[in-house]
Amino acid sequence: MKTAVACFAFVLGCLHAADYVPIAGGTLRTALPMDGETVPVAAYQLRSKPVTNAEFLRFVLANPEWQRGKAATLYATSAYLSQWHSASDFAPHAPNAPVTNVSWFAASAYCASEGASLPSWTQWEFAAAADASRKDARNDPAWRAQILGWYEKPSVERLPDVGLHPANIYGVYDLHQLIWEWVDDFNGLFVTVDSRAQGEQKVFETCGAASLSLGDKENYAVLMRIALLAALNGQDSVGSLGFRCAKPAQ
Amino acid sequence: MSKLQFQPRFNRALLSSLLLAIGSLAAMSAWADAAADLPVETAELTAPPMVPAPIARKTPAKVIVNLTTEEVIREITPGTKYMFWTFGGTVPGKMIRVRQGDTVELHLKNLPTSKVPHNIDLHAVSGPGGGAPQTLIAPGKDATFTFKALNPGLYVYHCATAPVAMHIANGMYGMILVEPEAGMAPVDKEYYVMQGDFYTPGAFGAGGLQPFDMQRSIDENASYILFNGASNSLTGKNALTANVGDKVRLYFGSGGPNVASNFHVIGAIFDKVYHEGGLKYQEQVQTTTVPPGGSTIVEFVPKVPGNLTLVDHALSRAFHKGAIGIMSVSGEEHPEIYSKAATAKAEH
Repeated sequence: MKTAVACFAFVLGCLHAADYVPIAGGTLRTALPMDGETVPVAAYQLRSKPVTNAEFLRFVLANPEWQRGKAATLYATSAYLSQWHSASDFAPHAPNAPVTNVSWFAASAYCASEGASLPSWTQWEFAAAADASRKDARNDPAWRAQILGWYEKPSVERLPDVGLHPANIYGVYDLHQLIWEWVDDFNGLFVTVDSRAQGEQKVFETCGAASLSLGDKENYAVLMRIALLAALNGQDSVGSLGFRCAKPAQ
Repeated sequence: MSKLQFQPRFNRALLSSLLLAIGSLAAMSAWADAAADLPVETAELTAPPMVPAPIARKTPAKVIVNLTTEEVIREITPGTKYMFWTFGGTVPGKMIRVRQGDTVELHLKNLPTSKVPHNIDLHAVSGPGGGAPQTLIAPGKDATFTFKALNPGLYVYHCATAPVAMHIANGMYGMILVEPEAGMAPVDKEYYVMQGDFYTPGAFGAGGLQPFDMQRSIDENASYILFNGASNSLTGKNALTANVGDKVRLYFGSGGPNVASNFHVIGAIFDKVYHEGGLKYQEQVQTTTVPPGGSTIVEFVPKVPGNLTLVDHALSRAFHKGAIGIMSVSGEEHPEIYSKAATAKAEH
């Protein structure tokens, strides 16, 4: 943590290890209860903040195959990093703002460069259920309303820096109110794109919807995250979609 | 799901993308062959309260419909703003008009400035999901699907993305008119009006930018019940207009998500009501109910000049929640039909 703060990220030569915080794991009451209403979550480590423009620039400079214009179109569409001034200049965006317009393939490659991977959906939601003082704040209507508020605010052209909101109880920042985030298994959620189907439709494509009718249905923010992930392909980039990484527990 | 650990999904995702791409190409070319003989035209879409021109064609066509999903902040009532989610930038969304037997190729684009994914389900479609599965798109993406307009009638379309009640409560609905093969009788004025219910933490006209209130939506406790997405969309300079003796046809729908309309025009009797937007009509109707996700076509002739008032006749909605509109009628007085002066005054 202190290393990261002391390190001015726009100094490209600055070598700092990203800060990962341990999360002990436990039981998650899930909105996608395919194997029951709760799922066990093993201990893991999660990056305390989303990956920033400065960090991603270092990555593409070290790995030119992931530079804008060089990445294979199968892995990244023309929208990939299109908000950057050039392939090697994130202007006019701030170095400490989260990087967005990054495909799932590029995000996965970045995480591999940190010896990590994208978090699974369950790992992401487990950490995101917490607020500053509670591991699971999801039953608090005021907290839910505050989280939902971000989803209906217009997109902004220039995102603020990471880490401006208070950390949650694990020391993780910005799971809410800054960006959408990729998860490793985004295309394995089996959610039907028709959110109203339920009941008898037990086939894989639609069992997610059946689950939605059983799961955390008054938490609209999580339903919107599922819908967004279900709308994506691995090569897609969205201006409000970034990522962070996760590692196995030490 | 619960067994997922840290295995990278690189190869599996890549493979499924490839298979999807190959599958879509094959399906699209088969469709193109079938529809190749039809003349192609692009639909003229209209913002409410305007209605696309009647269809002059007597034979089917392939009709291209280009629709966007846009998230826009605008006034819900003077002095109070709301973040509307829309089809084409308006509430209700742009109106579509096609002919029975047409093949409709619908292109949906979610603007890059959007925050959330959207899709479209048209009630005019015969097929699971009504187009929703094919059109779920993240901000900046677009999608296309094709359907044949088999059934004539006036049909609601809406967004079906989770949480669906919120997308509809934010204004994501509109209507598509499928004219019968025989066409529709000509009239003098046609208008497009939809009722919808809106949910905010603040009461009606509380001011500022009001967010969506999930709990009030679940409780079906609307703060606003509106025609065409604003309390003043059909009043003042926005009033509908007609002349004495005009045949007027209203394409009226209820977007919901929760509240049915009891549609009434103060000062007029509906000569015909195509109940539920279907082919059969009832005559001499005062008030007609329209369920959320349903529609009606009403026809009437204003007999004298003055203001006719469109309301939901559950009148607290008209007086306190905004469900009110005006049709300003011009033309000659007809005192034998309606004497504007009170009788006592006239005798004096």
